[in-house]
Amino acid sequence: MMNSNRLNVSINNIDFKNPLIAASGSFGFGREYNELYPIDCWGGISSKGLTLNGREGNPGMRIIETPSGIMNSVGLQNPGVKNFIANELPWMKQQNTVILANLGGSCPEDYVTGVELLNETDIDILELNISCPNVKSGGMAFGIKANVAHDIVSQVRKACKKPLMVKLSPNAENIIEMAKACQDAGAESLSLVNTFKAMSIDIRRRKPVFENVYAGLSGKAIKPIALRMVHEVCHNVTIPVVGIGGITTAEDVIEFMMAGCAAVQIATGNFSDPMIGQQLPQQLIQLLDELKINHINDIKGII
Amino acid sequence: MEYTLQKVITNKRLLGDIFTIEVSRPAGEIRPGQFFMLKAWNDELSLMRPISVYRFDEQTLTFMYRIIGKGTQWLSQLKRNDKIKLLGALGNGFPCEEVHGHIALVGGGVGIPPLYETAKKLTSLGNRVDVYLGYKDALFAFEEFEDVCDNIFISSEAGFEGYKGFITDLLHTENYDAVFTCGPLIMMKKIIDQCRQSNTPVWCSMEKHMGCGIGACLVCSCKTTLGMKRACKDGPVFNGNDLIFE
Repeated sequence: MMNSNRLNVSINNIDFKNPLIAASGSFGFGREYNELYPIDCWGGISSKGLTLNGREGNPGMRIIETPSGIMNSVGLQNPGVKNFIANELPWMKQQNTVILANLGGSCPEDYVTGVELLNETDIDILELNISCPNVKSGGMAFGIKANVAHDIVSQVRKACKKPLMVKLSPNAENIIEMAKACQDAGAESLSLVNTFKAMSIDIRRRKPVFENVYAGLSGKAIKPIALRMVHEVCHNVTIPVVGIGGITTAEDVIEFMMAGCAAVQIATGNFSDPMIGQQLPQQLIQLLDELKINHINDIKGII
Repeated sequence: MEYTLQKVITNKRLLGDIFTIEVSRPAGEIRPGQFFMLKAWNDELSLMRPISVYRFDEQTLTFMYRIIGKGTQWLSQLKRNDKIKLLGALGNGFPCEEVHGHIALVGGGVGIPPLYETAKKLTSLGNRVDVYLGYKDALFAFEEFEDVCDNIFISSEAGFEGYKGFITDLLHTENYDAVFTCGPLIMMKKIIDQCRQSNTPVWCSMEKHMGCGIGACLVCSCKTTLGMKRACKDGPVFNGNDLIFE
């Protein structure tokens, strides 16, 4: 018990037993990983990216290995908000961890309707996805220009009765301006970064590897850039920031916390080591001991 | 399904860029047509590699793989007693208990390995089993099928041995109560077409790049008449009549 008290964090008055959140898209709705280990070891779980209506996702290749990372082009395959509420959320809520519903969209009306449906559920946090690079008609379209993001976040804010976290794209024109715009529009917390828009070419077929031409780069390769963006944002907003980008070790978690994060999310790390969620809390405790840190919040934002 | 650390027993070049790796067997049931996610590196690669089960007994588990990229290149360097992490057994496997009578198994290239244990199982269940093995040029891993099936048919595109041409030329699906297949998409599509015409049940093992391997990340989705299905969790074996090819 002593140990768990050294990792607990709070975002918008929601208590997390530790700062580790399974990131949207890597973890489904948690059922599959729960066959490997009890998923209540996570501080929180962010749902697969939802859209108002279900989506089949992108055709063609959806994942490749890249140097120290991966590229993906899933394209928001998901069962839709209503199916999530009916079939997935009741199970998720039994798992004794904070539940974030990640919501994407291709137009303001879809976002708002999705939010209204999720308002009536017991999700803990709404994570607004304005950063998916793999959907042509939406997602990241709202996450490039700060004024466009301000507009969509304002509309969602009016409709949303849940704590509102906005997930930012590293592809934003200016990440600081983007973060400030979202805060001004009523975001209560931010998570960043989503994947970097990237490209790979199959030189033998003389074609892009991905049907969509571009895809999202994640994993260890992006960690230093993600950390820099998170650091810049933490110094320019007052709302809590959740760090994402290539985190696979306890050391990585401490780096992001020192840069100012209230918590972190882990996506690609789950693929590299399927047990990462179960192992990291204990590894974090050991690292706190080694670094002579009493509570993880003691080093938050010291850089 | 468990994530376990195992030891390499043997890792041999079978032919050209095709290898077999024998490892200590993790506990738990393994069904013919299932696969494991393999990892034999630390930070050097980000993804585990899905490889189908070739053979197993009480002590050992063997995979056959072709070197096609960095992951399989890495696997090929492993020596006796090296450590390897296995996540599995994963996926559904071939529905051996659901078919009866005269069964055809059709494999192409590195789609052949998962058919070995499948043939063994089907034969042990009292079925008549014919195995069709299609190769590009040189033959591999066909002799051992003699002990686990009734007839073996072989083709190679180069014509070194067996029938010169495609294995689908030899297959008459109307003679069978069911067909199981694993191999290149173009081969499996052709078999599905034949089976539709002869009204023969057909199951296909789909090969896809994978992320998590357990059904969470949706990078291995296959389009089916029943909606998008995960090759790693709902498959890799699908009823051929349900698959939609784009």
